[in-house]
Amino acid sequence: MNRRHLLLGSAALAAAGALGLPAARAQSGSGVLTIWHAMSGALGDEVNKVCAAFNAAQGAVRVEPIFKGNYTETMTAAVAAFRAGQAPHLVQVFEVGTGSMLGAGAAVRQAWQLAEESGHPIDPAVYVEAVRGYYSLPDGRMASTPFNSSTPVTWINATLFERAGLDPSKPPATWEEVVAAGTALKAKAGAKVPVSTAWPSWILMENYGAIHDLPYATKANGFEGLDAELVFNTPPYVKQIQRLLDMAKDGTFVYAGRGASGDQVFPAGDCGMSFNSSGARAGFVRDAKFPFKAVLLPYDPQVKAAPNNSIIGGASLWAMTAPSRTPAEYAAAAAFLRFLAEPKTDARWAEATGYVPVTHGGGDVLKAEGFYARNPDAEIPVQQLKRGTVTVNSKGLRLGRLPEIRTILEEELEAALQGRQSAQTALDSAVARGNKVLRDFERSMRG
Amino acid sequence: MSERRTVFPGTALPVLLLAPQLLLTAVFFLWPAFGALTASVQRSDPFGISTTFVGLENFADLLADPLYLAAVWRTLVFCAAVSLLSMGAALLLALCADGVVRGRVFYRTALIWPYAVAPVVSAAVWLLMLHPQIGWLTPALEALGIAWNYRLDDTQAMLLVILASAWKQVSYNFIFFLAGLQAIPANVVEAARMDGAGPVRRFATILFPLLAPTIGFLLTVNIAYSAFETFGTIEALTQGGPGQATQTLMVKVYRDGVVNLDLGASSAQSVVLMAGTMGLILLQARLMRRRGDAS
Repeated sequence: MNRRHLLLGSAALAAAGALGLPAARAQSGSGVLTIWHAMSGALGDEVNKVCAAFNAAQGAVRVEPIFKGNYTETMTAAVAAFRAGQAPHLVQVFEVGTGSMLGAGAAVRQAWQLAEESGHPIDPAVYVEAVRGYYSLPDGRMASTPFNSSTPVTWINATLFERAGLDPSKPPATWEEVVAAGTALKAKAGAKVPVSTAWPSWILMENYGAIHDLPYATKANGFEGLDAELVFNTPPYVKQIQRLLDMAKDGTFVYAGRGASGDQVFPAGDCGMSFNSSGARAGFVRDAKFPFKAVLLPYDPQVKAAPNNSIIGGASLWAMTAPSRTPAEYAAAAAFLRFLAEPKTDARWAEATGYVPVTHGGGDVLKAEGFYARNPDAEIPVQQLKRGTVTVNSKGLRLGRLPEIRTILEEELEAALQGRQSAQTALDSAVARGNKVLRDFERSMRG
Repeated sequence: MSERRTVFPGTALPVLLLAPQLLLTAVFFLWPAFGALTASVQRSDPFGISTTFVGLENFADLLADPLYLAAVWRTLVFCAAVSLLSMGAALLLALCADGVVRGRVFYRTALIWPYAVAPVVSAAVWLLMLHPQIGWLTPALEALGIAWNYRLDDTQAMLLVILASAWKQVSYNFIFFLAGLQAIPANVVEAARMDGAGPVRRFATILFPLLAPTIGFLLTVNIAYSAFETFGTIEALTQGGPGQATQTLMVKVYRDGVVNLDLGASSAQSVVLMAGTMGLILLQARLMRRRGDAS
């Protein structure tokens, strides 16, 4: 008899392990607001601090931040949790996931809706336009609220610049000057990696389009319909890729891999200039053993005489739904989002993390405190985001499965850099493959 | 053909004894497999709000996609290379270790140890050695006249993931080969030696044939390993690039399903893989049985 009990016990244990213990549930009792985020290391500590500040400021709700892995893992976890009826109250979704989240229908409660129902108004006007636009519907209502925002800038190694006879205080402003600087960095400074980049698709294509006011896709870059088609194989884009191919041939541009793989190259010290997120600053401050600075991204005056604003990267917070969620819980989520948009909260967050302030108020606080005077590198991305007027081509991209399209573009670029295809062929084939992805997405949204 | 069978009375105890294993199989294998089968004939948005039955459309799309067919071929090449390399190296090491008398425990432990390294950790070590810009082996390769940049060279990238994947599996193969070698009666080998057979001849005519069952078993295990368990190594080293040069079927399933949230296409690929694996196991079972009949 004893043995039978033992077996039954072990079977029950195995079943409990397989089905997930109730303790792991995201949905908690009243008074607790769960937020799933993707900020690891020092950034994760800052998320905890912001949440602690909210908890200290009021007694009704306790925010509980939970780290769920990188952006992709966090989003996948939220999708799985929704399917199981266990979605968190708020989830941090990277900017390129916006298109997919907008198609999530009843799975999310959009910010405008949340504000309306809860009586905690969220005013779009407090947010910086270039940031807000990425997360807004075509009529200006906000679907999610910006949390951490960055934008790509050029990082230059002052030591190598001086060795190449270049003046770090007069950095290359145009692409033509970048090419010349790359040649000097290679010839005079002996830089192993004269010019490089992280996030090739985001920086060298998506932001290139925004800065030069070129459409990336039809239907206002996808903002006005799921039937948008990619159009980044037009002559100005081909010119951009051809320039990279030429530079690579001369050894002045060195490809450092997809996504964030390019992060490691600049702080090693052999790289003269690297295009990377403004959010890379904290890592560079920690790892780089040489003087460096951030400058504006280059532009091509032949394509557009006066450059526009660049577009953001980063993430926003989405409110999610669950079957048993009460109006009080949604109201608490709205209150927390309002707290994040307060000038003081936003300023402290930007100051500690290196992300740009997402509200006008936050930026004003930092300016008044003299933060930018002490840290000019931190003001470059803000200047670049506020440059020119936001156009239909510079407010961002609203395309489903955009991360996949970025990878496709990088795959085609890699083939071109190996000399196996021309710039035009690479972009044509990326457009064709990317459009197939968009059509699949469109069909899945229409059911 | 009279077989003696022992039949125990009652059904409660046997059922109870089988229950835990059956439950585990149902929860961890049958349930997910059924989920994949269901999802493979549907088209659905990531959140599962609108789901339509599309029949075999996902499979038809797959077979019409030249990139998928290229991935099938690439996976076959990759599996063959990893299996041959890891089994060949393991057999060589086992032959050497079998002859060692002094310090044999040390050698064996050292050779078994890599098996305990997690794929992503081993990938990180390979990356530190062979990073195109900051790897510490890269200058040595460049001194030899090799322009090393696996991020932009299909062949180099494939070589790297094959090496890293094979390295991890050598330990496992080594254990089995060593055990297999030690099970071969010493007097058979001694007799051959007395007859004047050199080491190569002894290996070809005695050791290798007697190791055949081990080799057959390891071949199946290695193919399964290189098809499924190398995902962590490849994802950490190359993410399937440059282009799609190192994108094996498993990497593609992960990319399409987890990263791109295209559950229909990803499930269809999983079902194809599942069918492939079943075929492999059936083949192995048949080969084993035939060998059993012959002896």
